[in-house]
Parts: sequence; structure tokens; C-alpha cells
Amino acid sequence: MRTITATHVKYYHVCHRKLWLFDRDLWMEHTSEAVAGGELLHQTAYPQRAERYKEVSIGGSKIDFYDPHRRVIHEIKTSQKLEESHIAQLKYYLWLLEEAGVEGPTALLEYPKLRQTLAVALTPADRADIPQWLTRIQQLQSDNTPCPPTINKPFCRQCSYYEFCYVGE
Amino acid sequence: MRKTYYLFNPGRLSRKDNTLQYTAYDEQGLPGQVKYLPIMDVADLYVFGSLDANSSLYNFLGKNGVSVHFFDYYEHYTGSFMAKEYLLAGKLQVQQTQHYTSKTKRIALARKFVEGSAFNLLKNLRYYQSRGRDVAAHIDQIEGYVAALPFANAVPELMGLEGNIRQTYYSGFDRLVPTDYAFGTRTTQPPQNELNALMSFGNMLCYSACLSQIYHTQLNPTISFLHEPGTRRFSLALDLAEIFKPLLVDRLIFRVLNKREIRPNDFVQDLGRCVLKEPAKKTVVRVFEERLKETIQHRSLKRSVSYQHLIKLECYKLTKHLMQMEEYKPFKAWW
Repeated sequence: MRTITATHVKYYHVCHRKLWLFDRDLWMEHTSEAVAGGELLHQTAYPQRAERYKEVSIGGSKIDFYDPHRRVIHEIKTSQKLEESHIAQLKYYLWLLEEAGVEGPTALLEYPKLRQTLAVALTPADRADIPQWLTRIQQLQSDNTPCPPTINKPFCRQCSYYEFCYVGE
Repeated sequence: MRKTYYLFNPGRLSRKDNTLQYTAYDEQGLPGQVKYLPIMDVADLYVFGSLDANSSLYNFLGKNGVSVHFFDYYEHYTGSFMAKEYLLAGKLQVQQTQHYTSKTKRIALARKFVEGSAFNLLKNLRYYQSRGRDVAAHIDQIEGYVAALPFANAVPELMGLEGNIRQTYYSGFDRLVPTDYAFGTRTTQPPQNELNALMSFGNMLCYSACLSQIYHTQLNPTISFLHEPGTRRFSLALDLAEIFKPLLVDRLIFRVLNKREIRPNDFVQDLGRCVLKEPAKKTVVRVFEERLKETIQHRSLKRSVSYQHLIKLECYKLTKHLMQMEEYKPFKAWW
């Protein structure tokens, strides 16, 4: 079975086609200015962030900022545009931590450019949903699954796969 | 947007902190003027003159994904320094190989490359036809070959047709450029007259431009479909170059000769070989770069894209074909 990362979970909530392509190592991020901007924000947003935050690798995913004492995950995002997928990504982290035996972890979604933060918690409904996400992601990873069609959403134009998907003739 | 840099003069390129430092050598071989190239501005380097460099420079270039293409005194492409492959996709590689080994899959793709190339070169002829140059007979003859493309069922047959198309096309060149030049037949290794020299130089630039774009995608540049995958060449770049040569190279030749940006005394003849003089090479490179940066409004993407970017889009289309997502349609100039 192939690994599932938090990126898989995030893309699962954005676009199944993107997930399909990403899983097959067809990456476009290296050409995306939005991705480069996000990375820069990540490096510069909280220069005073204390040493107690750690980078944690868990179940094939990487949590960038984790405070093991207070059991809080911090995740920095540029905009709220795809907030649902950001929340899903954090819930997946929380679920992974719980599975690993961490008690009562919490998460904060940070939008430094918007000066907003959002607390994310895992509900019993999420605990039931997440295994279903994972099953569906595994299906998309299977060699027999053809590439899902384009979704033609307004946010496609900002996606690093836009030209790949819509180039046509 | 990162740019291609062409180094013609002898000099030393080195890493200086986190940027590139270029020291030109003067006629006595002594270090002269120093220039700095910010690394984030550099897409790739084309080296025509003699360049001094050390491994710390190449480590630095490699880490920043900058490739270096080398050319000898006669402008032949001799090789490249490429950063460690940073985009590897096993499944695509397997598909690309299967599309080469399966006779039917391979010929389907090979045919597309010839079709795209023929369409674009006919476009050039029709343009000049509409401006009063009599190339109607050439157009008819090429259309005859194009009609035969669907019936070719082996790659050598396709290559034969492609050869005929090119030959007919070249035989029309004499009517499109000033009378100082006669094309005769296409000669390579070495090119024997001015038009052939220009064409070889231009084709080589086009080939390298395609290679650079392929390199930024997950395609393997050594597995090709129309051209036989060569051990010494990145032959997928040759396949793609077929489609873009009429737009990027041939039009450039017509332009520089008709506008007299290049004149007969810009060439040197020696030992049955015709070579461009250095200032002329610079002119060609400048015009080629201008062309690559020129943008068109893309029909389906509804954004303006440069010719250089069109090559990359072609790589995307090819990837989609290989991954069985969408049938490949070669780029055909639609304006």
C-alpha cells in the first residue's frame, strides 16, 4: 500500500484530479509562484516563534510546528480561500496524533497575512469520517483508477496544475 | 521570470556568496570587467566561448537547477551539465517506455510530430504566398505528402515523408530570401553555404530550448518516438523541435536575411564549411531570444504565453497522452 501524506488529505478536499496527479509524482509545485510565496511566508511569518516548537514526522506526514508540552499544532496558510481543505489537513494531523496515543491534542490554523487564527478540534464525526477519506484516497492511488476529470472551478486558475489540465490543443 | 544567458566571450564564471560572478578576459587573457548575475534570474547558460569554472560553481548551479549547455567553435552542441534529476516519476517513465516499445503507440505519436511540423511549415509558406511569393507548387506538393501521412505504418516511412516535406519546403526558400543566397540542398556536418549555416545554428538553438523545457517536466529526454532514441542525444528534444522549428528558426532566418540584419559578409567559408562570424551569431541569438519571449494569447488557457512556454505546454500535452488522460494533439499555429 502506498503512503498517504497530509498533502494527499488536503488535495482530496480540493480536487481529486490534483491528488491523482500528485500521487503519481507529476508535481507542478516547482514552477508555482504561489507555492514559493507560501514557503517564504512560512519562513518569515513568526520570527519570534519559540524554540519549544518542533518539527514532527508522523505516519508519513510532517507537522511543521508542534508544541509537545501544550500539545498544540500550528499550521500557517496564506489565505482562507481553500479553508475547508486546511481544516481537513489539521484534523488529519490531530487524528494521527490521537492514533499515536497523544491525549487531547489541539490545532491552530494561522493566517498571518489576514491576522486571523482559527482553532480546529477533532469531533466524533471526524473520527468516523477520516478512515473513509483514507479508503477513497487509496482507491485513487490504485493503478486501475483513471485520472478524474477537470473540475472547472474558479480557483483552478490559481492552481499550479492549471496549464497542465486546461492546455487543450 | 528566469532568463537564458549566452556567454560568448572567454572568461571565468564563479560563485561569489550566493550569486554568480563573471570575469571577462581581455585579448591578453587577463581578467577584466566583472559582472554579477543573480542566480534567481538564471534559467540556463549557453556557453559558446571558453569558460573557466570550478566544481564549487557547478555544485552551486546544480543546487539551483541551472543547466549549462556547451557548444564548440563551430557552434555544434557538444553536451550539457544538468542538475541532478529533481523530477522523477516512475509511472510516467514506464508509460513513456511502453509508448516507445509498442509499434502502434509509437507510430501514432511519431505521426503527430510530423503532422504538427508540416502544418506549421505550410503556415510559413502560405504567409509568403499571400505576400506575392510564388510558392503554390511547393504548397501543393507538401499537401500531397501530408495526405499520405495516415497511411505510413512504420516510423522509417514517416521519416521518409518528413524528409520529402522538408526538401520541398527548403526548395522554396530561394524565393523567400534575398537573391544573394542560394540554398541548393540541405547540408549538415558541415553546412556548406550561408543558408545552411544559419539553419544549423538556429536548429541547434531550438533543440537546446526544447531540452531545457523538457528538463523542467517529468518526461525522460532520452526516450523519443519519431527519432530513434539515441545514446548520445536527448532525442525527445529533436521530436519536439520538429514542431517548433518552422516558427522559431525558419521565420528567424527569413527575418534576419530580409531585414538585412545579417549580410553575406557575416559568414566565413573555410575548407568547404560555412560558419557565422561572432557578431552574426550574437544577432541570431538575440533575435531567437526575442522570439522565445514573444507572447501570444492562448486559445484554451485564455492567458498570454510566450513561445518558450508553448514548448513546455507541449510537454504537458505529451505527458497527458502518455498517462492515457488525453490524446496528444500537436501544436498548430492558429493565427
